[in-house]
Amino acid sequence: MNPTRKRRLTIVLLVAAAAVVAVGLIVFALQQNMNYLFTPSQVQTGQANSYKTFRLGGMVKAGSIQRSSDSLKVTFTVVDAAGSMPVEYTGILPDLFRDNQSVIATGHMDNARFMATEVLAKHDETYMPKELKDAMAKAHQGKQVDETAGQDKPQ
Amino acid sequence: MSPFSWDHFLTMGGYAAYVWPAFAVFFIVLAADYLSPGLRRRRNLRELRARMARQSARQQQRTPASP
Amino acid sequence: MANWIPLWVHKLSSPPNFYRFAGVLRPWALGLALLFGAIALYGGLVLAPADYQQGDAYRIIFIHVPCAWMSLFIYGLMAVASFISLVWRIKLAEVVAMESAPIGAAFTFITLVTGSLWGKPMWGTWWTWDARLTSELVLLFLYLGVIGLYHSFEDRRQGARAAAFLAIIGIINVPIVHFSVNWWNTLHQGSTVRILGPSKMSSDMLWPLLTMMVATKFYYIASLFGRVRTDLLSMESGKDWVRQIADQEGRP
Repeated sequence: MNPTRKRRLTIVLLVAAAAVVAVGLIVFALQQNMNYLFTPSQVQTGQANSYKTFRLGGMVKAGSIQRSSDSLKVTFTVVDAAGSMPVEYTGILPDLFRDNQSVIATGHMDNARFMATEVLAKHDETYMPKELKDAMAKAHQGKQVDETAGQDKPQ
Repeated sequence: MSPFSWDHFLTMGGYAAYVWPAFAVFFIVLAADYLSPGLRRRRNLRELRARMARQSARQQQRTPASP
Repeated sequence: MANWIPLWVHKLSSPPNFYRFAGVLRPWALGLALLFGAIALYGGLVLAPADYQQGDAYRIIFIHVPCAWMSLFIYGLMAVASFISLVWRIKLAEVVAMESAPIGAAFTFITLVTGSLWGKPMWGTWWTWDARLTSELVLLFLYLGVIGLYHSFEDRRQGARAAAFLAIIGIINVPIVHFSVNWWNTLHQGSTVRILGPSKMSSDMLWPLLTMMVATKFYYIASLFGRVRTDLLSMESGKDWVRQIADQEGRP
């Protein structure tokens, strides 16, 4: 390689390195910012106290969904491994909202109840036909199939 | 596997309003992307031909006048 | 030009030769793209069963995911071509880099729109500032930045140099898009198809997805070659071989 090309190559590499550092800092900043997602047990131990509004993430407890008969108000309980939190929400829920589904709710605390302004359903990366799912459930009967609990963790 | 039905295919189990627009966007954007360089090419070549015609016209004018 | 580059690369990368080469290959690439695309659509929309959780709404995956892959793949290719064009000043590499940008932008745009159309019924929102969604949006802006920078200079080679620079810097966003679902607790789910380890999808849903991936690759070749041909013509418009082509096509 001749000197001009060598110099050009060095400049390009230096700029790329600078960009890596810059993006690293942005990632670090984002990481701090994205931490305002709490699980029910974290909320109960007071980790969310410094936030007025925050996001609550966890699983909808089976059988806890109660819909009001005359309005769009719905109450349900969000649980994680160690805690649970009653949630109140008025509005249209996503189609995936159902028992044992992971949800992320945005809102604030009001007398030990979480008043949600938005409820989003999270789904996992598994896709299969319903027949296959039923067959698998049958095969696993008796055993505690806790698929949904493991879904949130990236693999 | 359930047998094919046009009704089910078109309604997409109630999600037609989301599924079909998604596929429409896919086809429209890619078709536009594919066809746009062809139009640009034709325009460029037309301009080039016009330039070439002007040049040769100028040369023809000049040739009889020159000694 | 560096002397370690094989002779046939030299020959092929000369504009008139590549123009002819691309012209021969382009219809084949488009034909294969349409063929694989049609098979994938039939498999995905007709043969594949509905998902156990999402019903038929999941069928958006058959375009959403291949387009997302292409948005990253094309960016990587554009950055490599930019690098080659900056260091070795090969004209063809420059054209490939600059003409990849609009195609990549198109795929990124489709990814964002189809993702939004999928997110509304399933997650309950059109858009959220989730790490995956945000970084994909940044990718779109990077593509638009490259295109804009390229066209903002009067001298197109100077514009290409500046744009190539931006393309190389922006490559850092590609791993961020890819790993965002692992690094942050996102609303967006993790990767379904994995190179290492089994994919998390039943096989009658997986094959249409992979077939569509092949189709989009061929589409990229077809679209890129068309764009490169157009660009080579306008870049070399004073040269004899371009005049010949203009002459031939001007004849009725």
